[in-house]
Order: sequence, then C-alpha cells, then structure tokens
Amino acid sequence: MWDYTDKVMDHFKNPRNVGTIPNADGTGQVGSLVCGDALRLTIKVNKKNQVIEDAKFETFGCASAIASSSMLTEMVKGKTLEQAAQITNQDIADALGSLPAEKMHCSVMGMEALEAAIKSYHQGGKPVVFEQQEEKMVCRCFNVSEEAIIKAIRLNHLTTVEDVTHFTKAGGACGRCKGEIQQILDKVNGAKESAAPIQKKFDDMTLVEKIKAVEKVLEEEIRPTLNRDGGSAELVDLAGHTVKIRLVGMCSGCVNAQATIKNFIEKTLQEKLDSSLTVEQA
Amino acid sequence: MKEIYLDNNATTRCAPQVVEAMLPYFSEKYGNASSMHNFGGENRHAIEAARAQVAALLNAAYADEIIFTSCATESNDSVLFSAAEAFPDKKHIITTAVEHPAILEPCRVLESRGWRVDYIRVDENGRLDIEELKSLIDDKTSLVSVMWANNETGTIFPIKEVAEIAHAHGALFHTDAVQAAGKIPLDVQAAGVDFLSISAHKFHGPKGIGALYVRRGARFVPYLIGGHQEKHRRAGTENVPYIIGIGKAAELAQKRLADGSAARIAALRDRLEEGILSAVADVKVNGDTQHRVPNTTNISFGYIEGESILMYLNDFNICASSGSACTSGSLEPSHVLRAMKVPFQFAHGSIRFSLSEETTDGDIEKVLKEIPPIIERLRKISPFSRVNA
Repeated sequence: MWDYTDKVMDHFKNPRNVGTIPNADGTGQVGSLVCGDALRLTIKVNKKNQVIEDAKFETFGCASAIASSSMLTEMVKGKTLEQAAQITNQDIADALGSLPAEKMHCSVMGMEALEAAIKSYHQGGKPVVFEQQEEKMVCRCFNVSEEAIIKAIRLNHLTTVEDVTHFTKAGGACGRCKGEIQQILDKVNGAKESAAPIQKKFDDMTLVEKIKAVEKVLEEEIRPTLNRDGGSAELVDLAGHTVKIRLVGMCSGCVNAQATIKNFIEKTLQEKLDSSLTVEQA
Repeated sequence: MKEIYLDNNATTRCAPQVVEAMLPYFSEKYGNASSMHNFGGENRHAIEAARAQVAALLNAAYADEIIFTSCATESNDSVLFSAAEAFPDKKHIITTAVEHPAILEPCRVLESRGWRVDYIRVDENGRLDIEELKSLIDDKTSLVSVMWANNETGTIFPIKEVAEIAHAHGALFHTDAVQAAGKIPLDVQAAGVDFLSISAHKFHGPKGIGALYVRRGARFVPYLIGGHQEKHRRAGTENVPYIIGIGKAAELAQKRLADGSAARIAALRDRLEEGILSAVADVKVNGDTQHRVPNTTNISFGYIEGESILMYLNDFNICASSGSACTSGSLEPSHVLRAMKVPFQFAHGSIRFSLSEETTDGDIEKVLKEIPPIIERLRKISPFSRVNA
C-alpha cells in the first residue's frame, strides 16, 4: 500500500476540473496506454493578459497520476502563461503534501503536459504531444530522452540511477540504459574526469606490460560501467593487436554483447592504449 | 466494516484451529526437538505427525520425502541451486515465462553464472507451449521447473505431461505448487513429480513456514547447511510451532478438498465473473478458463488503471490485487499478462479476485454492486475510454 497524503487521496477521489475544454486555446498530451499513464490537459487563455482562465484534464493512471493532474489544473488557473511555465514537478508534489519516491514521475508527467499545452497555445491551439528528442533517447522502454533526464536531475538534485527511475521511469523496465543514466548523472553532477592516459607506447611494451596495461584499462574504465548492469569482462588472450575478452555476469548472453565489445570495450582500449587494437569475444 | 477478502492468492486467514494447535508449542512445549531429554524430544513426535499430514496432502509415498523450510521461496531456491550443484555437467534448466519471481530471479542468477535457462512461452490464454518444451529439452537439461498453477490467472498446467517429457530426457522435474495446494488435489506419485514447493499461508496456515517435497532417490544438495536437522537436508533448529501449523493446515485442506468445497468456491467465482462481464463493457477474463483453480479470476477493465480501481475498492473494504505497473513499483505491467500478450489497454487495468472457503454470497453481491460505478467513474477521467466508447 502506498503512503499517500490526505491531499493526494482528496484529489484522487474528488478530482477537480475533469474533462476537456471545447475549442481550447492549448492542448497538451503526454504518455500512452503502453506506458501505463497518460494525461491530456486543455487550457483556456485570455488573449489580452495571457492569463490561464480555465484548465481541464483527463488522465489514465494510478491515484497519484490522477491527483497530480487535478492539482496541476488548480495551480495553473489564474496564472499567466509565463508564471505557469515556471511550475516544476516538485511544485506539484509539494502542493500535494508529497508523493512516494516511486511515484514522482506522475508529477513530472504533469509538468510535461503543461509545457506541451503552453507550446500548443503559442502554435495557435493545435494539440501538442509532449515529445522527447528521438536522437538522444536513453530509455527505449519508456521513451525518455537524455534532455528529460538531465532536466529531472537538475530540478530535483538527483544523485542515483534509482532516483532517476523514480522521477522519469527511465531504466525501470529492462534496465539496459542504467549505465548510460549513470554517465549522465556523472556528467551533470560533475564527476571526475577519467584517469590520465598511459604514457608508454603500446608497441614498446613487453608482453607482461601490455597485459598489465589492458588489465588496468579493464579495471578502471570498463568494469565499473559493466558492473552497473551486473556484468563484467575478463581478459582471455592477447596476441599482437588482438585482445580476446570474455563477457561474464549479466553481460554474458546479453543481446547487446557484440555492441559492448566493439562500441565500448574496443573503443575504450583504442583510446587509452593503441588505435590499432581490435577486440574479439572469447 | 468487516473486510471482503478476495485476495487469497496473496495470503489466507490462518484458521483458528491451526492457531490453536500451534499455541502450546511457544511457551509450554518449547523444547528443542533434537534434545536428549523427553521434554524436548517429545516434540520430535509432533514434528513427524505434521510431516505425515503434509505428505498426505501431496500423496507422497514416504513422510520423509517432506522437508520443512521457511517459505516456498526457500523451497524453490533450494531446488534450483541444488540442480546446479548436483549436475555440474548439465548446465541447462527449463522453466516458463510466467513463473513467480521466486523461480525467475534465481534462474537469472544461474544464467549469470553460466547456466543456460530457457523460458517456455504461453499462448494468449496462458496455456503452455508443450511443443517448445519438447524442442528445447536435451540430455544437457538437468531440471525442468513448471508451476502447478499460476498465481495471477489461476491457470493449471499439465504437470504430468511435462514431468514425463522431463524424465524421458533424463531431467528431474520440479513444480512450484504454491497456488495449487489446498485448491485442487495434488498427487506427486501420479504426476511423477521429483520436487514440489508449497507454502502454508496460502492454505490457511501461518506465514513463515513452507515445505519441499523431495522424492526418495532424487539427487538433492542442501541449500542451508550447518546442522543435522531434516536428515541433513535443511539445517536450522526446527520451527516447531509453525511446523505443527503447516501440518494442521494440510490436514484441514485435505478435508475441504474431500467435502466438495472447491465446487462451491468455483460457483461463487463464476457468479462474480459473469456478473462483472454482464454489467461492465470492455472487460476481458485473462487465463485459461477451462483449466483453472476454482478460486481465481483475473479480469481486465479496459482503458483504466488497476491501482485506481483497487483504491476505490478499498473504500468499501474490498481487498483484491492488480497486475498493473503502478501497484508493483516496477513500472511495467505483470510479466504473466505480458507473456500472454494481453494488450496494454487491458494489462494495466487487470484485477485479480481470489476467493476462499470463507467467501460468502453476500461478499460477491457487494462487489458486483460496487464495481460498475467505480469503473464508470474512472473511465470518465480517462482520455482513452471516450474515444473507444
């Protein structure tokens, strides 16, 4: 049973402003049946002073999704578009008392629908579906873009992958993007730059030095990322410029194994040691 | 307001007779069953009587084929890791896509340690793809694990047929019978089962006690080690009061199965199901209605979300559960419904009602009265139902 505040229960049981405004000045939509929650927000705007005179919603979702939508309509009424645009997901959650951490994405959905509705108004009232930028999609299960994740991290001071999942749903299904989310967290929160490149040229090293150098890159650069997905990598063989790697743990048998080998492990070893290195899966 | 409890697949009420049987073993007969004095040693007889009661419920050939555990999760973990230990050269396990996490998660751990695990698919009615099982099994398969009945839909699987296929290829067969025990007759000998897991609290026993059936002769490596208890197959001081509890619960369950209470529960379940189907549009029953435990129905209400339905039912003290994403905290709807390819507009709005012998006509009538307005109310809020109305 979720720990919902009285305010959440009130707005769930007695939702304010349910429905659709006919000939709305702005319509914002977010979510889908597949995702498990969706919100359609319609607003009526006084064209002279840009004040939102009315707002209505329709929501498919759980109690906190319905309560967040209802609260959002109450919050935007009487505000100018400019003031309304300042409303964050945290404002919605605060107005409801609080939301369980796992349900914060419901308040984010409210913020996104509002953003879409305001955009719709500026585009002459044609409904706008809140869309994530396809080219920087991080979580493909829930269609969450890098931009949306960065915004959630900045607004809510998130520090862990779990936080990001609670707020954006990203990483909440197959979990394959958790490593990428961690990288975004590191980037936004200003994690240290990676270790300085190794000095001696790869071709000048002895075999033992080469093995040690590869092992060092594996340990410092590669395993920490694989570990986040529950996997790891072992050095099996090194012959000339060919490195044989065995993926273990969650990485073994992963559908993305080949991509991990080529796009991540090979690329990292090339950057750190020698651009002519190739990596093969053992 | 007394609760209308239709969540018996989650847990059941511990029967008063069970509690009564357990009570003396807390503060009066508290001795250790392994002790060399009569005070403790007499509890050994009580434990063996309970073992015989559980063996009878499963029709096990020998009482010592029953090992008491702390829960069905422990029983399941024990079997899977035992197979991994006992058959180091047969690193292949077959299970189904619709198992409980107590099977799926240890399987994922085994996969990460290099085992190959195949998850047999089900069709849209939740029926197992037996042909797929036949095509996947080979002489490297150490264990086949298929649940007797599914917890979410109540679908019963053809255990005997699966066990025969497993044995024909030299594999052992395990079944998680948590949702079948007490609901339908179980016969491990007739079905050809090597291992079977049950949990007392699903059939009116206490929480915190389960059992594992291990057929005599089936290779088994203990999971908990550090003591001679349960013939070295499960270490740890015997949990005497709870063992007495599962024994008593097994005895009562067997009596109920004999007196025809299953048919009465099934009639109530069917009344509930038919009542909802006739009163509400855009509804769908999930699972194999031809092969189903008598107490379970899983109904999807299109275009609305399960948690919202549960919250409204909660107002009337009606207890049920949902396979929706929002109730689990996992963000994804039930893996069982997804394996059955239930469309998303239905998967998110699924409600499981699970009855017991304590369910009354009045309970069912109350649910039938309250459900339609709740559904209507939520559909009014939903942006999808209007389009599809």
